[in-house]
Amino acid sequence: MSGRKLANFLRLTLSYIVLTVLAIAALYPALWILLASFRPGKSLYSKTLIPERFTLDHYTELFTSPVYMFGTWYANTLKIAVCSMLIGVVLTLLTSYAVSRFRFKARKTALSTVLILGMFPGFMSMIAIYLLLKEFNLLDTHLALIIVYAAGAPLGGTFIAKGFLDTIPRSLDEAARIDGASNFSIFARIILPLSRPMITYMALTQFVGPWVDFIFAKLILRTKENWTVAVGMWDMVNSNQNTNFTLFSAGAVLISIPIMILFVFLQRMLVDGLTAGASKG
Amino acid sequence: MQRHRTRAAILSTLFMGLGQIYNRQFIKGLIFVAVEALALIYFIQNLGRAMWGMATLGDTPSHLQKVKGIAKMVPGDHSIYILIQSLITLLFLLVVLIAWYMNIRDAYRTGAEREGGKSANSFRQTIRYILDYKFAQTFLVLPGIGILFFTIMPIIFMIMLAFTNYSAPNHLPPAKLVDWVGFETFRNLLVLKTWSHTFYGVLTWTIIWAVLSTVTTYFGGLLVALLVSQQGIRFKGMWRVILIVPYAVPQLISLLLMRNLFNGQFGPINQYLGFFGLDGLPWLTDPFWAKVTVIIVNMWVGIPVSMLLIMGVLTTIPRDMYEAAEVDGASAYQKFRIVTLPMVLFSTAPTLIAQFAGNINNFNAIFLLTGGNPVKGDYQYAGSTDLLVTWLYKLTLDQNKNNMASAIGIIIFVIVASFSLYNYRRTKSFKEEDMIQ
Repeated sequence: MSGRKLANFLRLTLSYIVLTVLAIAALYPALWILLASFRPGKSLYSKTLIPERFTLDHYTELFTSPVYMFGTWYANTLKIAVCSMLIGVVLTLLTSYAVSRFRFKARKTALSTVLILGMFPGFMSMIAIYLLLKEFNLLDTHLALIIVYAAGAPLGGTFIAKGFLDTIPRSLDEAARIDGASNFSIFARIILPLSRPMITYMALTQFVGPWVDFIFAKLILRTKENWTVAVGMWDMVNSNQNTNFTLFSAGAVLISIPIMILFVFLQRMLVDGLTAGASKG
Repeated sequence: MQRHRTRAAILSTLFMGLGQIYNRQFIKGLIFVAVEALALIYFIQNLGRAMWGMATLGDTPSHLQKVKGIAKMVPGDHSIYILIQSLITLLFLLVVLIAWYMNIRDAYRTGAEREGGKSANSFRQTIRYILDYKFAQTFLVLPGIGILFFTIMPIIFMIMLAFTNYSAPNHLPPAKLVDWVGFETFRNLLVLKTWSHTFYGVLTWTIIWAVLSTVTTYFGGLLVALLVSQQGIRFKGMWRVILIVPYAVPQLISLLLMRNLFNGQFGPINQYLGFFGLDGLPWLTDPFWAKVTVIIVNMWVGIPVSMLLIMGVLTTIPRDMYEAAEVDGASAYQKFRIVTLPMVLFSTAPTLIAQFAGNINNFNAIFLLTGGNPVKGDYQYAGSTDLLVTWLYKLTLDQNKNNMASAIGIIIFVIVASFSLYNYRRTKSFKEEDMIQ
């Protein structure tokens, strides 16, 4: 009996050690960038992890310096993210509701098309979208980015969302239909409330997109006042990598914090959303 | 007795909406007439030029011309603008043709119903009918249009580019024209030594990368998930929150950060190795170590997702299976091998294949971390860690070899599509999707 206890004790101790190491590995880079953002000076190199002196200079510089219009970029990104999230989620929900609940001709074809289209490398279409936006005089506008992100949303999200909607029992719809509900009210009163984890997941991925996409944003937004944070950060690192590292850290912290808070709060819903498409094998 | 249906159909064929008006559906008919009128105005102006543009891609390059005795640069045809404008016009034509066909069919059906003695639906009834029975199709129109113009059109455009000679330095508009060249681009890419050497080299690394990165993140995630959900581990919630931090940090930030952490000269990682008296490694500058670095960093980024996913699956495995195994005297390892692993693999197999396909196209991990570098001398514009996608990006944006990039894009698509289609076809949710409920 004591042998078994000992084995158990050893197993747990070992697990705790491994977990601690993993936790350090997971947290270390985040911690490092956080501390670097408070470090005086500009260099990447530092003798110690924890700075000898803390300073908020880099944060104030981000917002006051004429070179880094971080405040403007932040507001731009927020605007684009919220708009494209709203439109994108609505479009994805419409598509997935239609393909999950209705049987019509060409439905399987439509599904396969969406699946196949999603497999083209996204920026293969870059040039064409650039030219298309130029045709409609939309270059260097935020509207263009919102349209591009929102139009792309159903392609990425439909399958996961459809997988989730498929799990909502159809008998609920039928009961409502017998009570005289129209398609619209079934959608609004039954499907929407029940797919909250799904909507959270989609909204989150849609919302995060504009914060981190620098490829399309860089292509479309030409003037500095119109940039999003991602383009700004990319530019900061690429133009002067080592000289301004602490400033980059401060910007990185400002971008990551809202996103991380969202993730931690919504992690339960995220798991549901992630597994919805997968667990049915 | 075939009078109404034939007449209505013929009238609708002649001009959209006439058949509907003949069937006494005046509002619907007038809407259709207006649509065709608009379409006619648009196509009379554009269709001829579109056909010409599609066939020739423009025929006058910019050239010098004597205007009032002074030589002046006259802008010629811009082949690429012509191509995309023609393409947009043809897509509109397609949409109108579909509408035209549906209008004929509608007129025919309504005509047939009238012969059966029923009167045609009023406008209000039509709307009711659409909302009740054609709901899905109506719902899909809006996303459909978005997909048509922002996904399908660009893809057709890029496929077309692969069959042109649109590339620097000799065929770059506006100064020069672009022409159709058939399969020459593909031939160059696959057979011509200078290109094919790079292509096969990059392709090999892409596949190695996709396999290694998928396997490491998946089994890493499995191990971590098992570790946390072991019996007797306390504060499970806390461990989970800590371990998903890398997933929550935006990739743009974490990868750019990693690039700094692994910096050979100033990076903290080499600094710490120095504390232990070890020499620093050329993490990002040596071809071999750069490959190791991208795999390690990708594990850091990717393991949390697999972990979350597998933890979700672990909770769904019924307890009694473990109890049955215990009764039969199974050891912990046997329980893992006979119960846990098959269950997890079974329900995450589609995700696993999806991740593999995703890794083939994992642009961010490579581009943000190494940018494809270190440069390899005998490659055409590619470095040692470049994947096909990042090479495509460089060819397009830095080198303007657009036709080559499009050809590579098509090849990537073929590879990814075959994996995903195979995966999708064999999942139950496709074959028997109506059986779930």
